[in-house]
Amino acid sequence: MGQQHDAYFVPAKSYWPFVAAVVMFTTVFGAAHWLNAEPGDTGFGKTVLTIGFVGVLAMFFGWFRSVIRESLAGSYNSQVDTSFRMGMMWFIFSEVMFFGAFFGALFYIRMFSVPWLGGEGRGVLTHEFLWSHYAASWGADGGNGPQHVGGAFHTVAAWGLPLLNTLILLSSSVTVTIAHHALRAGHRGKILVFLGLTVLLGALFLNFQAHEYIEAYRELNLTLHSGVYGATFFLLTGFHGLHVTLGTIMLAVIWFRVLKGHFNKDHHFGFEAVAWYWHFVDVVWLALFMFVYIL
Amino acid sequence: MSHAATHDQHDDHHGAPKNFFQRWCMSTNHKDIGTLYLIFALTMFFIGGSFAMVIRAELFKPGLQLVQPYFFNEMTTLHALVMIFGAIMPAFVGLGNWMIPLMVGAPDMALPRMNNLSFWILPFAFTLLLSTLFMPGGSAAGGWTMLPPLSLQSSSLAYTVFAIHLMGISSIMGAINIIATILNMRAPGMDLLKMPVFVWSWLITAFLLIAVMPVLAGAVTMLLTDKYFGTNFFNPGGGGDPVLYQHIFWFFGHPEVYIMILPAFGIISEVIPTFSRKPIFGYKAMVFAIASIAFLSFIVWAHHMFTVGLPLGADIFFMYATMLIAVPTGVKVFNWVSTMWGGSMTFETPMLFAISFVILFTIGGFSGLMLAMVPADFQYHDTYFVVAHFHYVLVTGALFAIISATYYWLPKWTGRMYSEFWGKVHFWNSVIWVNVLFFPQHFLGLAGMPRRVPDYNVAFANFNMISSIGGFLFGASQLIFLGVLIHCVFFSKKRAADRVWEGAKGLEWTVPSPAPHHTFDVPPVIHEGDLAHGHVND
Ligand code: HEM
Ligand SMILES: [Cu+2]
Repeated sequence: MGQQHDAYFVPAKSYWPFVAAVVMFTTVFGAAHWLNAEPGDTGFGKTVLTIGFVGVLAMFFGWFRSVIRESLAGSYNSQVDTSFRMGMMWFIFSEVMFFGAFFGALFYIRMFSVPWLGGEGRGVLTHEFLWSHYAASWGADGGNGPQHVGGAFHTVAAWGLPLLNTLILLSSSVTVTIAHHALRAGHRGKILVFLGLTVLLGALFLNFQAHEYIEAYRELNLTLHSGVYGATFFLLTGFHGLHVTLGTIMLAVIWFRVLKGHFNKDHHFGFEAVAWYWHFVDVVWLALFMFVYIL
Repeated sequence: MSHAATHDQHDDHHGAPKNFFQRWCMSTNHKDIGTLYLIFALTMFFIGGSFAMVIRAELFKPGLQLVQPYFFNEMTTLHALVMIFGAIMPAFVGLGNWMIPLMVGAPDMALPRMNNLSFWILPFAFTLLLSTLFMPGGSAAGGWTMLPPLSLQSSSLAYTVFAIHLMGISSIMGAINIIATILNMRAPGMDLLKMPVFVWSWLITAFLLIAVMPVLAGAVTMLLTDKYFGTNFFNPGGGGDPVLYQHIFWFFGHPEVYIMILPAFGIISEVIPTFSRKPIFGYKAMVFAIASIAFLSFIVWAHHMFTVGLPLGADIFFMYATMLIAVPTGVKVFNWVSTMWGGSMTFETPMLFAISFVILFTIGGFSGLMLAMVPADFQYHDTYFVVAHFHYVLVTGALFAIISATYYWLPKWTGRMYSEFWGKVHFWNSVIWVNVLFFPQHFLGLAGMPRRVPDYNVAFANFNMISSIGGFLFGASQLIFLGVLIHCVFFSKKRAADRVWEGAKGLEWTVPSPAPHHTFDVPPVIHEGDLAHGHVND
């Protein structure tokens, strides 16, 4: 900061923001209509949702295309670059807080609500009068609460697929960093290889997670409905998986942009933003591995 | 660092585009987007206000008068949601949009297109929210806090939740933009500790927004999955806990109330020095007070939950932490009064609203302190005393600051003076009737009248009638405001000077009135007299 800029830059008008608002509205309106409809009556909502979702994809494509064009035309000065960086950092911070809400819920449930239901502490009458049989515990025997909502289930073993997934994500963080260094050094071939590896590792992670979910539903009877254990398990890992999906798509886009020669060693905000995002997803996973799978 | 030459892409360099859609829907201009925000907020203010009129009409007399209880509950719920997310917050964002670039010498917001998106999400979000009123089963009616299990009974919950998601996305993007603008777009020489207090207050507010809006999104997402996807976050039978929702909600909710007051602090810290013709007393103390209030706001949330059966230690911790906020708040009130002390004061409409802010907000702060005492709150909780408390801080606090700011900067926006006479008529009507409206609610609450009820014991009849009369007249007074605004924008003949107010300092007064469509194409050179705080090169 503090450097002088000969002139300020203000981007030209664009219809993309307005389009974005319209398609976002269409998407959530469709989703809400679907959720609220009677079981046999979901067609309209699903159609609107699909239209909205396709619209969102098209919007991202169009908006980013116009930004990339302007960037390649050299329109953006270093001040714009800094604004983009700040924007991305604060966006990631907001994502951290979003996950924070779900981790907070997990901690609260494990430290307070389940033990209280089991009769710990003072003044907790549910145990006295409603569910005196309930012995508080987490995981397979108690994690679905005194009413055993969803029936008996087994938890996913931490040292199987989740461990593998941890190793995969950690290595992907390494590969993306190697690609970053290669970018700074200007070795395009090396970037493509290591960035490509990162994309593949991301896809592999998702593949294993899908397996894990299928196994949870089919064999372990661990579902969204498995009391609060299932709720926290699937929402935390599910939102994380969604972020990995997004991150993988973004990495793939960056890979194509590298191929097209969009970046050089001084100008590669797009690359860095996605790399930050990837590291963020990685850190969230470590927390998940720790608190959801191991402990 | 590369010094890009002038890459100015304005097709419309010297004025606004003529085409309506291009100007308002495709805008990258902070002034136009700010105007959109302000008009939207005003519209929502009147929609939310009409809901309040329904509430006060129903409560005019004991017994059910006009509406069904369920509709009454819809009104209390939507009144709050519309006023908080539709009126107060967008009004502050609109003011920030208009003024922050002018105050720090920036050409525009840092991310102008995202700025446009932040705005345009809002009309859609509120269409979604308000449309639930017309759906079979009606809108959400469990209060704006949407506590489960009651809120899970709402048949249109999905719409409400998605509307809140949209509003959250809009606020987060707006906040990111404001932070990037303040940190990255300041003119050379506009050091952080020379910025106007309003800019500081928005910087800190933006941080709060980014920190807590995602938490709200998480909370309502859990509501959504509990209702539609069979999860058990808030169902004790499945190991969950409805109190969990309250913790998450209020972790958002308490910082949220400061999101609605910190920019107001900033506004008052601009208006009072101008009309006292003195620099603000204790500039740095003001900045640090805002920062410490923001910090403390993260560790007081459970003062909204004293009666849910928290462990005693938690009640006590949150009681003391809450009371601690009174210290920086007291610093602010002290400094505003000290700024006026010995100043050569004049009492134009913005100043009148600012002075009444200081007095009436302080009353709201004191009732807050009463509520912060656990044993006292056991009695006051969920009574009209709470309603009185938060309307003193939000109506005579946040809203009065917004009105003050509107009068203060309107001549800069339009290039014309508003009618001082009618401004004063608006002020005196507002300040009298708002007290008739809300002061009796303290007594109602102390006497035990619960909040959110359409009917009540006859013992509460008199004060309710007084309150309703105050309510109708306060509502009517706001039509004067509308009249003053329309007159100023379209009919006023009186031109405004560039430095509209004699004692006003700051970069915003160095540009012409009305502020041209584009200001500061190149970084301005800051002169000694332009800075409200600090000196050039010190
Ligand atoms: C001096 C600082 C303040 C203190 C000590 C304080 C304290 C409290 C307490 C203890 C409650 C809970 C009452 C209950 O439900 O039993 C409360 C409610 C509330 N306060 Fe404050 N408050 C303060 C300032 C503010 C400010 C500045 C605002 C907003 C601009 C605000 C807005 C609210 C709202 C909206 C509620 C009610 C929420 C609801 O239940 O719907 N307060 N306050
Ligand atoms: Cu609070």
